[in-house]
Amino acid sequence: MADISQSRSSGRFVYMSGVVLLCAWVLVPLYFLLINTLSSPEAVNAFPKSFIPEFDLGSLTFFANFAGMLSALKNSIFVAAITMILSIVLGAPAGYALSRFEFRGKETFRFLILLTRAFPLPLLALPLAVMFIRTGIDDTIFGLALIHTTLALPFSVLITFSLFSGIPIELEEAAWTLGCTRLTAFTKVILPLVLPGITASAIFAFVISWNEVFAAAVLTIENRTLTAFLLQNLDTSPLHLKFAGGFILVVPALVFIFAVRKYLFAMWGIANR
Amino acid sequence: MAEIEIKNIAKSFGNYQALHNINLTIHDQEFMVLLGASGCGKSTLLRIIAGLETATSGEVWIGGRRIDHLSPKDRGIAMVFQNYAVFPHLTVFENIGFGLRMQKLPNAEVERRVHRTAELMHIEQLLKRYSGELSGGQRQRVAVARALAMEPDVILMDEPLSNLDALLRMEMRAELKGVLAESKTTAIYVTHDQVEAMSMADRISVMHQGRIAQNSSPVEVYRNPSEKFVAGFIGNPPMNFLPATEVSKGQWSVAGCQFSGPEAHSGAIDFAIRPEDLSPADTGIAAIAKVVEPLGAHLLVTCDVEGHLFRAVLDSDLALRAGDTIHLAPQQDRIRWFDQNTTQAICLS
Repeated sequence: MADISQSRSSGRFVYMSGVVLLCAWVLVPLYFLLINTLSSPEAVNAFPKSFIPEFDLGSLTFFANFAGMLSALKNSIFVAAITMILSIVLGAPAGYALSRFEFRGKETFRFLILLTRAFPLPLLALPLAVMFIRTGIDDTIFGLALIHTTLALPFSVLITFSLFSGIPIELEEAAWTLGCTRLTAFTKVILPLVLPGITASAIFAFVISWNEVFAAAVLTIENRTLTAFLLQNLDTSPLHLKFAGGFILVVPALVFIFAVRKYLFAMWGIANR
Repeated sequence: MAEIEIKNIAKSFGNYQALHNINLTIHDQEFMVLLGASGCGKSTLLRIIAGLETATSGEVWIGGRRIDHLSPKDRGIAMVFQNYAVFPHLTVFENIGFGLRMQKLPNAEVERRVHRTAELMHIEQLLKRYSGELSGGQRQRVAVARALAMEPDVILMDEPLSNLDALLRMEMRAELKGVLAESKTTAIYVTHDQVEAMSMADRISVMHQGRIAQNSSPVEVYRNPSEKFVAGFIGNPPMNFLPATEVSKGQWSVAGCQFSGPEAHSGAIDFAIRPEDLSPADTGIAAIAKVVEPLGAHLLVTCDVEGHLFRAVLDSDLALRAGDTIHLAPQQDRIRWFDQNTTQAICLS
C-alpha cells in the first residue's frame, strides 16, 4: 500500500513539475517582455532586474506616435484578413474534396500540399520578388497576401480535411434522402457542424500572416506590415524600444489565440462535438 | 401504390463484382428483409435503391416509375441508417421536421406531423433535446420518426438495430414492426441478424456473394432452404449435414441408419436435419456427445457422428454427459436433401 501511494505521489510530482516547467517556458519570456516594455529606458539597461514593472508607458507612447506605425498596423491587418479569407475559400473546398471523394493522385496531392512548406522562404524570395515586379504586384498588400496564403494554405487544407473527415458521411446521405441537394446538405448540415473548426483555422491563417516577417520585409517597401516595419526600424533602436516593439507584436497574436482557444481545441478534435 | 421492382441490377467496384444481376419485386406495403453476412451486397443493393450508390447496370422502379437516374431526394424514399445519422446541431424536433422543412411545408403542418410521429415513437418528451443528450435507443427512435414524418412511399432501413443492446433490440424490433405495419409503407430492411429477419419480415431475401440465394416467407426459408448456404446460415444452431450413400432405389444410408430419400439422383448427396428435429431414441443415428450446454429451456449437445459435427437441441431434463453415446432419431418429415456438388436442395416429389 505504502509503495503504491508513494509511487503515485512521485508520479504526481513528475507530472506537476512538467506542468510548471512548460508554463515557465512560455510565461517567463513573456513576463520579461512585459516588464521591460513597461519600464523606463534606465531600468531596462540596469542590472540586476526588478521583477515588478514600473508602469512607465514612455516606450509604448513613443510607438503610438511613431510615424508610419499606424499605416503599418493597418497593412498588417489587411494582409492578414485577405490571407484568412483566401486560405479558407481555397482551402476548405480542397479539404472537403480530400475527405469525401476518391480521385486519382489523391495521395500525391496530399504530399504536394506538405511539400509547399519544404522549401525555405529565403530560397524563394528572390525569384518571387522578380516575378512580382514583372507582374506589377510587388509592394502591394494583395501581393504579400498571396504569399502568406501560400504559407497558410497547407494548414487550412489539412485542418479542414480532418474536420470534414470527422463528420460521418451518413449525415450528408441522410440529408440527401430528406430532400437536400449536395449543396443544401452542405449548407444545412455540414457547415453548421464545421463552422467552429473553420473559424479556428481562419484565425490560424490570420496569425500565420500576422507573424510572418521575411516575405513581408523582402516584398514590400512602402507598404510594410507591422512586423517588417518594426524589424526595419528596431534594428537601429535602443534596447527599451526593441522590447516595446516585440511586445506590440506578440500581444495581438496572443489575444487572438486566447479568444479562439475553444475552437482551436475543436480543430484538433480535443473538445467533444 | 409503391411496388418496388429491381431489374437486372449489377454493381462492380473495379474488378470486384458486388452484385450479380439482381431481380426482385417487393409488393406494396410488404416488409422485405435482405438478410446476409457482411459483404454479401445487401447494403449495396439498399443504397442503390436509395440513390446513394449508382448501379453498374439495371433498373429500379418504384410505383411504376423508373427512378434509378433520379437523385435520392426525388425518389419518394426515406432511409434509416445504422449509426442513426441524427443531426447533432438540431433539436429532436428540427431533426424530425428536417425533411418537411425542405419540402417547404407550412409551419402548422410541420408541427402536426412532427408531434404525430414523435407520439408514435414515444419521444414527445425529447423534442427539445439535442442528439448529444440522447441514448442510443432514443436516437434510433428519432431516426425512425424522421423517416416516417416524410410519409414516404418506401422506407429503407440499413441495420437500424445493430448498434443497440440485446434487450432494447428485442423491444424495438416488435415496436418497429407494429409502427411500419400501421404506416402502410413498403419497407426494405437490411440485417445480418436472422432472428430480426425471421421475426419482422413478410418475406426474406437471403443474399450470398452478390446474389439472392432464396426469396420466400420466413417459415419457408427456415423449413425448406433452397441451398446449403441458406440451411447453414439460418437457424441457431444451423442445420446438420451428413453424407448419404445409396443402398437401393430411394433408400439411403446415413451414418449406419437407413432413410428414404430421393429416388434417382446422380452424384453425391447430403442428408440434412435441424438440431431441434432430433430426439433421443433406442435406434437412430449414433452420436458421441462432445460438449453438453444446458441453456435452460433446452440442452444443446454438440456431437460427433463418424467424424462429422452434429448438433442436437434436446429436452433439458435429459441426463447426458460429455463422452456418452446417444441415438438420435430425426423427425421424418423434416429431413432435407442437398446435392453435394451444386449445393442445391433436392425436391422429393
